[in-house]
Amino acid sequence: MEHILSASVFSKFSKAFFEQGRWKMYLEGLGNTIIIAVVAALIGTVIGVTFAMVNYLNKKTGKLKVFSRIANVYITIIRGTPVVLQLMILYFVVFASWDNGIMIGAITFGLNSGAYVAEIARAGFESVDDGQMEAGRSLGMSTAQTMWHIVIPQAVKNCLPPLFNEFITLVKETAIVGYVGIMDLGKIPGLIQSRTFDYLFPLVIAAVMYLAVVLVLTKILHVLEKKMAKSDRNGGAVNGK
Amino acid sequence: MENNKPLIEVKNLVKSFGDNVVLDNISTNIHHGEKVVVIGPSGSGKSTFLRCLNCLEDPTDGEIIFENENIADPKVDINIHRQNMGMVFQQFNLFNNKTVLENIMLAPVIIYTKKAVAEGKTKEQFKKECYDKAMELLRRIGLEDKANVYPSTLSGGQKQRIAIVRALAMNPKVMLFDEPTSALDPEMVGEVLDLIKELADEGMTMVIVTHEMGFAREVATRVLFMADGNIAEEGTPTQIFDNPQNPRTVQFLKAVL
Repeated sequence: MEHILSASVFSKFSKAFFEQGRWKMYLEGLGNTIIIAVVAALIGTVIGVTFAMVNYLNKKTGKLKVFSRIANVYITIIRGTPVVLQLMILYFVVFASWDNGIMIGAITFGLNSGAYVAEIARAGFESVDDGQMEAGRSLGMSTAQTMWHIVIPQAVKNCLPPLFNEFITLVKETAIVGYVGIMDLGKIPGLIQSRTFDYLFPLVIAAVMYLAVVLVLTKILHVLEKKMAKSDRNGGAVNGK
Repeated sequence: MENNKPLIEVKNLVKSFGDNVVLDNISTNIHHGEKVVVIGPSGSGKSTFLRCLNCLEDPTDGEIIFENENIADPKVDINIHRQNMGMVFQQFNLFNNKTVLENIMLAPVIIYTKKAVAEGKTKEQFKKECYDKAMELLRRIGLEDKANVYPSTLSGGQKQRIAIVRALAMNPKVMLFDEPTSALDPEMVGEVLDLIKELADEGMTMVIVTHEMGFAREVATRVLFMADGNIAEEGTPTQIFDNPQNPRTVQFLKAVL
């Protein structure tokens, strides 16, 4: 009995993964998911950090008022509407004549993620004591020099955990691109099921792959956090020996 | 003769935050080698006055003349002038993400490397110079063994002494102290005041906002008593502490002494 069961489990798994080189489909889907997530994370980080910096400098210097307004409107609209609608607007309307679905997906999620990263980075900048900027300026360094050497490194350190949380969400959220027919990892199980008539294994395999990506991200976060903890109270003591 | 001309001329300085006028038309001169101590009740505008001297607060009106330029003018490159005006804060404000040594070296390296290279030094040579200077400053305050630790591991007194030598690393012409001992535990006040006194004895021009009246009397060549955004009374420590004329000064000194 047990033998029969394990044989059927293996054959189902084999059908879902090995037969007719189906594993290549998962890998291709995984590759597309990673491309979409990485490009989106880059776009999102650039947008988010820029907006947060504009807000921060506006608050500190009173300049950049117009940019700060624009950033706030952008954040409000993006966070206030479903990402699937944003995807459809970009896919069917804005880029209707462009057939690179993966890039359209990446851009959509980049623009979307930017709004969330902006809020995370804003909190990061606000966590840096005003005295840090004042000390830098009082020594004769410019705002840009003080931002680069003093404020940004501390802001980054303070917002790493929520930022990686956002990246993890982003990786999984990109599965929505299947909605407009883009071949990402989330789309693959459906395709395979339509040929093997088994849903369980394709779904489990895809889920394990997502999980692996998330675990890698978590690991990277831990390594970065450890590296940056050297200026903390306990980390500093070790460093000072 | 350079010494006849004031180092900093403050002319009709006004600072307001919205409708709240914090500094109401202040004029005074700070001469080379002077140690000006600013005292007064909280809310009198002492710290704002000090922060206006290097334009950390932009003056609403009036002029601050430093090295023949009105640095209150927004068109003036304030960074160049701040390089000659050291500032020490109540909360130390050491850079949390830098070691003690990096705290001291950062500004000189960033700001002066270009100039040094133009003068024919290599970047490495100049960095070594900055390093030697920083270590010398640390030895002076007896903290050379702390060169490679981060500020979070230091005591308040150590932090403040490092903040002082960090400002000195830029070779400033004047030092501005904004309540340098107010955030310290009582047993650490002495080490910081001793260092400031040492600098004073070496001839450094300084403006000090403080609540340490004994220190003020000892170090000051001139005391400014501020009240309600004005200089209510000024004079030598003996005049101000032993024979105050303004009733506000009398009242304040009675409360704090």
